[in-house]
Amino acid sequence: MNFSPAIGTEPNADIDSRTMLKNAARQAAARGYDDFMIVDADSHHHESDVWSEIFAYMEDPVHRHLAEATKGRFLMRSIGDYSAMSGRIPRRHLLRKEKLPPGSNGEVVRTIRWMDAMGVDVACLFPTPMLGLGLHPNVHTEVQLSRAYNRWLTERVLAEEPRIVSMLYLPMNDPAAALKMVEEFGDKKGVVGFMITSTRYKALYENAYMAVYRALEERNQPLAFHSATNWADQSMCLTNLWIGAHALGFPWFNMVHLTNWVTNGLPERFPRLKLIWIEAGISWIPFLMQRLDQHYMIRTSEVPSLKRLPSEYMREMYFASQPLETVRNTEALESTFHMINAETQLLWSSDFPHWDMDLPSVIYDLPFLSEQAKRNILGENSRRVFKLDYGLSAPKLARRRAGEAATAAK
Amino acid sequence: MNRIYVARSAEMREGERRLVDCDGFEIGVYRFDGRFFAYKNQCLHQGGPACEGITIARVVDVIGADSTFLGQRFDESDPHIVCPWHAWEYRLLTGECAGDGSLRLQRYDIEERDGSVYVIVP
Repeated sequence: MNFSPAIGTEPNADIDSRTMLKNAARQAAARGYDDFMIVDADSHHHESDVWSEIFAYMEDPVHRHLAEATKGRFLMRSIGDYSAMSGRIPRRHLLRKEKLPPGSNGEVVRTIRWMDAMGVDVACLFPTPMLGLGLHPNVHTEVQLSRAYNRWLTERVLAEEPRIVSMLYLPMNDPAAALKMVEEFGDKKGVVGFMITSTRYKALYENAYMAVYRALEERNQPLAFHSATNWADQSMCLTNLWIGAHALGFPWFNMVHLTNWVTNGLPERFPRLKLIWIEAGISWIPFLMQRLDQHYMIRTSEVPSLKRLPSEYMREMYFASQPLETVRNTEALESTFHMINAETQLLWSSDFPHWDMDLPSVIYDLPFLSEQAKRNILGENSRRVFKLDYGLSAPKLARRRAGEAATAAK
Repeated sequence: MNRIYVARSAEMREGERRLVDCDGFEIGVYRFDGRFFAYKNQCLHQGGPACEGITIARVVDVIGADSTFLGQRFDESDPHIVCPWHAWEYRLLTGECAGDGSLRLQRYDIEERDGSVYVIVP
């Protein structure tokens, strides 16, 4: 059977992300998102689309030559990923073809377009392929590329658009370089914290990292762990399908680092350091709370730095919501929200444009949340953690003024 | 009740989908096996444009008599409408969600009159 293709995949189709997201804009209008601030704690762009711009910022001339000569193929390749479901989710393919105004800043225009469609005022932007950079066997590559990316991002995107912020990549395979990154970039415009990619095989509780955590705590900047999966991991190789490698891998790598963080007593050493755990959903958190509490009561002497139950430390951490587990389990979800103090600790995140992205409605439509709790999770919690000192976006303010003028005219 | 014109019946080939506007939303109209089907362009998951994605045959595991996995095949008699936002799939013939049969896309009646196809919106 010759079925009609997906809208936009026809030859010469005119791609516009605002059209692709028209149903999101309808949701935003129907739910009154113009009345409050929405902050997206985790969104993405595909930095590989602008490798040539980023590689130009690489400081080591030989590594820059390597990057340019190989067009990025010097990076590690995943052993497989078919997250787009064999063409069933064409978003990535379509967005690459989106026509932008001539002379415009492509990354800024692309990002603002989807933000406005969803009703997002501020978005925290992260890379995509670089989420696996911590696996690269060459430490120099991680340092060089992350520094180039952070320079490019701060100069070409964050400096030009205040509605886009980021927590910058830390090259944790080189603790000294990670500390230098904090010191050098921490005061740049739009830098609201720093990020460790969770898929890596370094023990992040080792003494070499304490200076990094101390610097972040002193600066009052959050530290995020952004998860991903690694299908090449021996345990993940036991799953033969991407559904398994993804469903297990994202929580797994965050669970490992969170477990080590708590059991090594780092919450006691850095009590004011804000931690954010990103892109693993939230259903794993009650599991880990219960497991660690159970073990702690028996093995207290193994973790003498801890003065409280592991779950009590976890309840002071922040969690990004996506992909929120909303299928047929409202009761479990409500219990999870209660266990993690979601009203103050949960940060809504879209993960747009990735295949399992969430809209603000995943929070707004929950039946057990008060209006204030919804607004906290959708924006106020992130505004507080990121120390954002501005409010509604210009399009929202313009619509509100137009609405007020229309009311007055009546 | 609104009767919305879709197309001349003969203009729509087998497997074709058309979108029609309906006062603030769209309806996807499909032709399959000589019949017409109409659904609201709104996914039951996060409200995505369910009728704007691909249509593709149901995937079926092929299991041998000895319970061994032999491969997979497409069942061309059971096409699925796939929402392009997150790939939630719906049976074109019924609107049932492939992953949860208790969920169904909102369906509309079709009227064929004088060689034209119309969607009936209550």
